[in-house]
Amino acid sequence: MTDFLNSGFRKTDLNSDANIEQNVETTVLGADEIIINMGPQHPSTHGVLRVKLKLDGEKVVDSECIIGYLHRGVEKIAEHRTYQQFAPYVDRMDYVAAVSNGLGYCEAIEKLLGVEAPPRARVIRTILTELQRIASHLVWLGTHALDIGALTPIFYCFREREEILKIFEKYCGARLTTHAFRIGGLQYEAYDELEKDTERFCNDFEHKVDEYETLLTSNRIWLGRTKGIGVISGEQAIAIGATGPVIRASGIQWDIRKAAPYAAYDQYKFDIPTGKNGDTYDRYMVRMEEMRQSTRICLQAIQNIPTGPIMARVGKVLKPPPGEVYHAIEAPKGELGYYVVSDGTTQPYRVRIRPPSFVNLQAFDTMVKGHLVADVVAIIGTLDIVLGEVDR
Amino acid sequence: MEAWQDRKQAILVVDRAHLVEIARFTRDDEQFNFLADLTAVDWPKREKRFDVVLNLYSFPKNERLRLKVWAADGEPVPTVSHVWPTANWLEREAYDMFGIVFEGHPNLTRILLPDGWQGFPLRKDYDILTQDTAWIRENLGIESGQ
Repeated sequence: MTDFLNSGFRKTDLNSDANIEQNVETTVLGADEIIINMGPQHPSTHGVLRVKLKLDGEKVVDSECIIGYLHRGVEKIAEHRTYQQFAPYVDRMDYVAAVSNGLGYCEAIEKLLGVEAPPRARVIRTILTELQRIASHLVWLGTHALDIGALTPIFYCFREREEILKIFEKYCGARLTTHAFRIGGLQYEAYDELEKDTERFCNDFEHKVDEYETLLTSNRIWLGRTKGIGVISGEQAIAIGATGPVIRASGIQWDIRKAAPYAAYDQYKFDIPTGKNGDTYDRYMVRMEEMRQSTRICLQAIQNIPTGPIMARVGKVLKPPPGEVYHAIEAPKGELGYYVVSDGTTQPYRVRIRPPSFVNLQAFDTMVKGHLVADVVAIIGTLDIVLGEVDR
Repeated sequence: MEAWQDRKQAILVVDRAHLVEIARFTRDDEQFNFLADLTAVDWPKREKRFDVVLNLYSFPKNERLRLKVWAADGEPVPTVSHVWPTANWLEREAYDMFGIVFEGHPNLTRILLPDGWQGFPLRKDYDILTQDTAWIRENLGIESGQ
């Protein structure tokens, strides 16, 4: 008996049988710290994230994210392609929000060239990007709820996401990695029923969000699993570089669509939802409200799509003048920045992608400390990371 | 120090030795409290081949600023990870891809590539076929797979 206790658990002073009787409870509960490995093949890590957890019982004492399993060297590929050839690659980073990636890249190169997309192109870009934001948040909501144990929402979420993907399919023929935009504007004119489809979807969708909320918002299990979990304060979020819904849930009202408007966002009215506590529940509420705001933007945009060309005057061969530019957009997950350096040739000298997921994931260690193993899953879900973007 | 604007974006080149001092000044006095991005660019023909680029953002002022540090191969750059904790992973990535050493970094190891990786892929003299050819020679016993 003494040998058994000493071998597997924390060393306790066990001299006599009487001591065993007294110490048995403390010995078993106060087990040594152990290190367990979560992922890269784990259903709730949303891809190939590997987390090393140091546990004291069920409590997380320390953690370390190990990433890079999906590294494809996108930035190196960029240096060996022309500006136009590289555009489809960016869709493969955050593959649940390909349209947003494409928008950021096209606008960065346009800035580098000194051209601007025509108004019609910019409005259509805004509509598609906002639909993409809803689709991305729906994937987040479905999987996040599934991880925590609510099995139903994912079916509703994918039902609505399907409608959005159908709009993309009608617009450009692709559903997931769309390559919807071109440098200088759009390749395809909007199809005839784009406005009608978008309007129908947006009008329906507002009720659908209410429907999701009846399942989750005041659900006692949901509250128990999300309130006070993974708390990060506003100052911490700024220090760690978190952006998007993560920083807004911590009470910082900052959105690049308002701070430095791009595409056609300066023309539309919308609110920036914020939270107070910076916990998982607030991030959930922020993203739910963002979906409503996105439908609001789409409904305003389809009222008045300007007529005119959809492509600016850019040549077939792009040779931006030497120099550099940093362009950031508000992707569904946060600040997506492109830092592009040109040396005056047809190929970019350097393309640096500032992925929101990569930087947000850095907050994981702060958020997870002191929580239980079961909450690790909730925290990975609430950060809304996509490993294609983390690893690039 | 050198300063200019490119496409209406402010760029400031600072001395390597004074980076931490200037970083603290820009964060505290100039209110650039958010490090959006830290990366590097390789110019192999230059004497100091690396640009270390810091893209800063100021929440109170809603402005962006780009700091640049020039460093030769093997010259350590002081870390700013204690000024902006964001820099922790970003500096690790710059080390992983360019081999730039950040002095004083708490854990300067490879982040995206495996630990045993040879070379630094985003350097301009790193040929994309090198790794491939080496693997093919070793494992398949032929000269090239191309």
